[in-house]
Amino acid sequence: MEKAKLHGLYALSLTIFLLGGCATTTPAYTPSASEDQTADQDRALVSPSRSESRVQDGRLVISADGDRAGAEMLNGMFYFDFDQAIVKRTNHAELNKHARALKGDGSLRLRLEGHADERGTREYNLALGERRAIAVGAYLMAQGASRAQFEVISYGEEKPVNATHSEAGWVQNRRVEIVYR
Amino acid sequence: MQDEGIKSRSSCRLFILPAFALSLALCFAPAAWSELRIEVTQGVDNGLRIAVVPMQWRGRGRLPLDVGGVINSDLRLSGRFENLPVSQMLSLPGEAREVYYRDWRLLDVEYLVIGYLEPAGTNIQLHFELYNVFKRAMTLSQTIEGTREQLRDMGHHVSDVIFEQLTGIEGAFATRIMYVTVEESGAERLFRLNIADADGHRAQTILESKEPLLSATWAPDGKRVAYVSFERNQRPAIYLHDLQTGTREIITNFTGLNSAPAFSPDGKQMAMVLSKDGNPDIYILDLQSRRLRRVTRHYGIDTEPSWTPDGEALIFTSNRGGKPQIYQIRLVDFQIQRLTFEGDYNARASLLSDGSGLILVHRRDGIFHIALLDLKRGRFTVLTETSLDESPSVAPNGSMLIYATLVDDKGILAMVSIDGGVKFNLPSTRGHVREPAWSPKKTMQFEPVAQDFPG
Repeated sequence: MEKAKLHGLYALSLTIFLLGGCATTTPAYTPSASEDQTADQDRALVSPSRSESRVQDGRLVISADGDRAGAEMLNGMFYFDFDQAIVKRTNHAELNKHARALKGDGSLRLRLEGHADERGTREYNLALGERRAIAVGAYLMAQGASRAQFEVISYGEEKPVNATHSEAGWVQNRRVEIVYR
Repeated sequence: MQDEGIKSRSSCRLFILPAFALSLALCFAPAAWSELRIEVTQGVDNGLRIAVVPMQWRGRGRLPLDVGGVINSDLRLSGRFENLPVSQMLSLPGEAREVYYRDWRLLDVEYLVIGYLEPAGTNIQLHFELYNVFKRAMTLSQTIEGTREQLRDMGHHVSDVIFEQLTGIEGAFATRIMYVTVEESGAERLFRLNIADADGHRAQTILESKEPLLSATWAPDGKRVAYVSFERNQRPAIYLHDLQTGTREIITNFTGLNSAPAFSPDGKQMAMVLSKDGNPDIYILDLQSRRLRRVTRHYGIDTEPSWTPDGEALIFTSNRGGKPQIYQIRLVDFQIQRLTFEGDYNARASLLSDGSGLILVHRRDGIFHIALLDLKRGRFTVLTETSLDESPSVAPNGSMLIYATLVDDKGILAMVSIDGGVKFNLPSTRGHVREPAWSPKKTMQFEPVAQDFPG
């Protein structure tokens, strides 16, 4: 019962997530125009932020106003358990920083790249990688980021960072990478 | 070599795409750079003892290929024969009057294959005969005709005929295998889609990309293939590639997954996985009308559709029960039935052509194997002993399957007979090999010019 409810919520959040803010009538939404529009609206709504952020090699560097010494490069790598797409509690703090920055600067754009380890089938892992990226996206949205700020893509098991065929490698490959543009 | 954009009758403009972007990525490398080599790792205990005598060429000059050698190699690599080395033969007959049964009985040979080739206009005729040494009788003779370029196909044809005659199983030597190779240098990866003869020869690269290539599958006519490529903006799209003309088109490139294409048995429809509506679900696209039909509707992952041989249902993988398991959905009323209950990971299943069993990826004790699920008895048989086994593909004769595995940290292809009795490895000379797909039918059919079954 509890589980079914959770699943239902999850499905709902996914649907909202994927359809984003743009209620299109065509089954496939086109990422270009409508999303930019939403982004512009967001930018107008957001109050001026007290922190600054800049993008460096796909990573986000945030610093308190005028405090360059206190600049912090955010971690963009988040790991998952086997056949799971649940954002680990231990990642919440770091993801909250991303969400704050995204909320503070509506012009920030990023890509959520979902990956899986090599175990299991390639097609299933593509779906699993997407699940993971969507889970991170849903978390960011819950913390105030806008759907229009990111795109989701899954590479499944096709782009491992560690080629070791054991848990030592797999643990690093089951991941979502946040890549800023 | 321009690709044709598809004229879409549906309102979805995603189907129509500019052609120029595609032709850039097209790359035909004629060089057979990555040939696979077959190594028999387990043969049958008592293989049929056969001798394939080198075949004489009765024309001028030399033939570019040793056809007898191709036949000898095919039969040896099937794992069901013990071939007499040419060096041990006491005589090298080319026709009936040169056959001395005593010579072959002395060598304990059960079956003898002889033949010769001769010019027929600009073509070449191949005549071969099969003898049962113990019965002292010719059991089969056949003449076929082809071009010089088809010599290897002619050899495979002869192997198929002999194999079927002696084992009762339709041969699969005159078939092809499509597979993906990946070469890594530093952070760069080079993905290649290749097609080779079932014995690994005549490998050709049909597509090369720095971005992932996967899920390659044959159309039932063997003339077209479909696959998923990330070449365009690093996003997945399903491509349809005509092997004869080299042209190709994007079938779907929706937001989200465009994955796991599978042609219907009549080749008119394609099942696939899309997540455009929020979730990985299975859809069927009518290739003619381009009408898209949603088949599954579930918040879980639904993927890896494969058609039942009658085209009336799809087999697919779903984690709707919590773990990946195999389900079947009837297309007439979308009624779903779960097919696997044993183990916590069953995926990428396909039904054998007689419907008796499922070939699938099955995890047992934490290790991924290829298994056969007998649907009548509900019993799993694990067919492979390697690890990280995936992507099983059954030969058109239904007696062998090819799959991808890992040996010494290298991705290679391997084959196993459905009864588990014969095993091969097909290591590649370069890079990792993965995702084999056996062609659905023979590459070339030769109608016999003359044929006789006297015995």
